[in-house]
Amino acid sequence: MPSTIMVNMLWTATLETLYMVGVSVIIAEVIGLPLGILMVTSEEGHILENFWLNKILSFIVNVGRSIPFIILLVAIIPFTRFVVGTSIGTAAAIVPLTVAAIPFAARVVESSLKEVDSGVVEAALSMGASPWQIIVKVLLPEALPGLILGFTLTAVNLVGYSAMAGTIGGGGLGDLAIRFGYQRFRGDVMLYTVIILVVLVQALQMLGDKIARKVSRH
Amino acid sequence: MIELRQVYKTFYGEKQVDALRGVDLKIPAGKIYGIIGQSGAGKSTLIRCINGLETPDHGEIIVDGVDLSRLSSIELRNARKKISMIFQHFNLLSSRTAAANIGFPLEISGVDKSAIKARVNEMLQLVGLSDKANSYPSQLSGGQKQRVGIARALANNPQVLLCDEATSALDPETTKSVLQLLAEINQKMGLTIVLITHEMRVIQEICDYVAVIENGQIQESGRVIDVFTSPRSSAAKRMLQGTMNTQIPQDLLQRANLNSNGKQVFLKLSFVGSLAHEPVISSMLKKYAVEANILFGKIDQIKDIPFGMLFLEVSGEPDQIEKALKYVQDHNVEMEVISNA
Ligand SMILES: Nc1ncnc2c1ncn2[C@@H]1O[C@H](COP(=O)(O)OP(=O)(O)O)[C@@H](O)[C@H]1O
Ligand SMILES: [Mg+2]
Repeated sequence: MPSTIMVNMLWTATLETLYMVGVSVIIAEVIGLPLGILMVTSEEGHILENFWLNKILSFIVNVGRSIPFIILLVAIIPFTRFVVGTSIGTAAAIVPLTVAAIPFAARVVESSLKEVDSGVVEAALSMGASPWQIIVKVLLPEALPGLILGFTLTAVNLVGYSAMAGTIGGGGLGDLAIRFGYQRFRGDVMLYTVIILVVLVQALQMLGDKIARKVSRH
Repeated sequence: MIELRQVYKTFYGEKQVDALRGVDLKIPAGKIYGIIGQSGAGKSTLIRCINGLETPDHGEIIVDGVDLSRLSSIELRNARKKISMIFQHFNLLSSRTAAANIGFPLEISGVDKSAIKARVNEMLQLVGLSDKANSYPSQLSGGQKQRVGIARALANNPQVLLCDEATSALDPETTKSVLQLLAEINQKMGLTIVLITHEMRVIQEICDYVAVIENGQIQESGRVIDVFTSPRSSAAKRMLQGTMNTQIPQDLLQRANLNSNGKQVFLKLSFVGSLAHEPVISSMLKKYAVEANILFGKIDQIKDIPFGMLFLEVSGEPDQIEKALKYVQDHNVEMEVISNA
């Protein structure tokens, strides 16, 4: 059994991880969702067709996704300092996590919206629906199960990224595993953090699957 | 009601496709107008022009006196609220129940909730699906889905209903009942129905008018009864083959050509409407000294008009034959002498 001190440490680290992942996934979705919607609807033949907007968004998202997280983490330190006033700590870690998650979330949103049958969009158009009505009443509800799974995927991904946030003193389970488990040769701490991470990811995935199934009408 | 004037549409995809090449069409109000053609003929492009889902490169599309190409996008959206459409694959929202699907166009038009509810119930009743109000599309059969599609299309009280291959994904039995429903709606609500199909049976079953389209051009158009009983274009004749069998079997034609002489003629008679019930042939036989041998015959129905075709061998003295033929013609039976060489 782990000692009380260790339990406390693990508990704090878990909360830090949840905090980092929770805040960054929400901000990333708030920005990534409209981006994903714009990426789909600006495509040729879609309701807000716009060649250049589509190309530019797609380019930015691709660039964002191709930068390795560990590099992003360091590269945006000035920006992080500008936003949260410091480049060190849990709050500071949220900035690179969010920035990394936005293009990922946008792509995932894009691919779920693309799954929506174009015939249904056409039916709505034939009834005189406006682009806004089509987004809110057709695309989002029809893609809801996929969007929820995508949200889950983004969150799970962020759990992985958050482990690297330790590099800038972000705290959390990954940080604990490196500082205690690796650098102080505490194999047990390493083991416990890994177990907690596995449980966390499993729980997230199960919850996501369950909700997605619940809202699916297929 | 709807008029297309010199409508052209070309798609520039991997290769250039001239989907519509100068289409002229006049669709009268309150009728069921069928457009038939093979796959790729341009039917979908044509019908999508009528609600502005497709913009023609050239030409005018006038619906209820308004040229669609002159409308702003918001005006076009409003115009579409009076031009409904149903689809081959139904295109229902899978995330909504049947009732919520039917209410969808009303929601879009900003109708208030209680009015939507009442109208939805009325529509469910009209299409015979009151017990399926809370079912999701995935729980409905093809025929039921199309009924929901029809109810949804009618909810907003449109003036025009466009049907793009609306029965092509359904089995023959279901097709029949959906067509029956469309005919009923046309009668009850007096709305104009434009339907496109590749099946002659659909035209035969419910249409008043038909246009035959091939390679993006209208080859022939007119009342269904006229086009079916005496098609002029080769496209119409081809489409009719196998459905109506207005064609005479080949071996009979050969026999007619071999045996013809002055005392024998071969006739193809077409009876339309109430005439199909009258005993024109038997009175002809009583009145004149001729004998008739029925070689081939068929009775069919076009919408609600009975339609018959008879292939006769008439023999007797030439003057009697001549009088007999005149008698038949005087009774407005359409007659074609196959051969009397
Ligand atoms: N959006 C499009 N882009 C390119 N080609 C198209 C498009 N829509 C239709 N076509 C082409 O136009 C022709 C007519 O198509 P369509 O009107 O769908 O025919 P039908 O409904 O009679 O089968 C076909 O050759 C088809 O491939
Ligand atoms: Mg088609």
